[in-house]
Amino acid sequence: MEQYKTLISSLLEKGGRRDGRSVTEYRPIQVDVNPIPRANGSARVRIGKTEVVVGVKFDVDEPFPDTPEEGILIVNAELNPMANPDFEPGPPRPHAIELARVVDRTIRESHFIAVDKLVIKAKEKVWVVFVDIYPFNDDGNLLDAAALAAVIALKNAVLPKYDEKEDKVLYKEMSKKKLELNEIPILTTFGKISGHTFVDFDKKEENALDARLSIATLPNGSMCAMQKGGVGPMTKEELFMLFEKAVEEGKELRKLVK
Amino acid sequence: MGGGKNKPGAPEKLIVNGKRLDGRKPDELRPLTIKAGVIPNADGSCALQLGETHILVGVYGPREVFPKHLAEQDKAYLECIYDMAAFSTTDRARPGPSRRSTEISKVIADSLRPTIFLEKYPRTKIDVYIEVTNANAGTRTAAITAASVALADAGIEMRDLVASVATGKADGHICLDLFEVEDNFGEADMPLAMMPKSKHITLLQLDGEITQEEGEKMVEMSMKAIEKIYDAQKRALKEKYA
Repeated sequence: MEQYKTLISSLLEKGGRRDGRSVTEYRPIQVDVNPIPRANGSARVRIGKTEVVVGVKFDVDEPFPDTPEEGILIVNAELNPMANPDFEPGPPRPHAIELARVVDRTIRESHFIAVDKLVIKAKEKVWVVFVDIYPFNDDGNLLDAAALAAVIALKNAVLPKYDEKEDKVLYKEMSKKKLELNEIPILTTFGKISGHTFVDFDKKEENALDARLSIATLPNGSMCAMQKGGVGPMTKEELFMLFEKAVEEGKELRKLVK
Repeated sequence: MGGGKNKPGAPEKLIVNGKRLDGRKPDELRPLTIKAGVIPNADGSCALQLGETHILVGVYGPREVFPKHLAEQDKAYLECIYDMAAFSTTDRARPGPSRRSTEISKVIADSLRPTIFLEKYPRTKIDVYIEVTNANAGTRTAAITAASVALADAGIEMRDLVASVATGKADGHICLDLFEVEDNFGEADMPLAMMPKSKHITLLQLDGEITQEEGEKMVEMSMKAIEKIYDAQKRALKEKYA
């Protein structure tokens, strides 16, 4: 790992990377819309060799007491050990929980989903939106892949019918209703090695990171969620530069949301 | 199989003019596609689609055993973990293991163990991770078919592949490879796995009532279909290494 770090940082010194990309360049991104027939909406996003599938499922439940007139968003990530030799079976560990929570904040804090439109009967019945994140190959930067897949899955989700009298979701009968959505949030994660910052780290780069910073941005240039990771510090100058770059990168990635 | 046609929501008939509700003949398999080498990180992997049943398998190993006390001095330790993705079922499936998934993991491992030269890899572990990404009946048999391709893709020495399929009874007719409606409202379901060359059967379960004659017919029907599945498995491996 130490060897890679030296190699990676000496390349970054010259503005380059192991696979020939520039510091602002993502690996090739491939998007499949609704690959999972059973999900109410789904997306597969591949960034290079990283692959994440996100599925959306709806249910009906009581609203939370503090938000009686809003639907409920639940984001969950399961790190299947098939995706990475270092993942272990068992209940979600901090890594999985962080992944889910950063994607949750990207969606929730951007108000991407109009949750006030998910009320069936105020204080009694609201739609629950489950967003389940499943990485199947982890070659770095699961965060951006998961957030992008989540947004695309939500955009293509169709609500099932709901029988109010029987209080039952009719999963076999789809309505024509889609989620009411607002502006699209995009999560962009930057890596930092030996003072150099760059987008979309692959696994070798991720293992050598001093720090990372994820920023969710909106089309108007504002930011709605952030998460710093890694033990290394970041400077004020670096933050300000990355704020600007996140908005720029977000514009490009947003074009992939179909 | 619970209650068959008396369950609420059951269609009036499962067989109409000799055809099943999805248009298949009784002995017809759903469209099958198998692809080897789909997870770059894994030592071996496979993606399988049997109609709307979608399975992904990743194999790691032989590798160091963790926790260490599981190590066996004379052979490899094989562990299979079968899991259903939350979005793979009609109602969202609660993530994490259940009694059902734990039993299925065990019978999958039991069905694969006879074909692997475990004695060639003492003090190691072979991990088989199975994810059902879309479930429409027959997930355990599809998982076995896919897992044996993934094991071969990982270069693990085996006597043969293991191919698997279920037969069942719907409206009194013996049918191959039940889909969800038949699985829910039919009378019986019998998964079977076999090493096709030796014809050794490595998995057999039954859920529902059948006569001896029906049992014999179902075994024969499975064995015939397994030949076809076996060809698709071999084709998938050849395609990857061609």
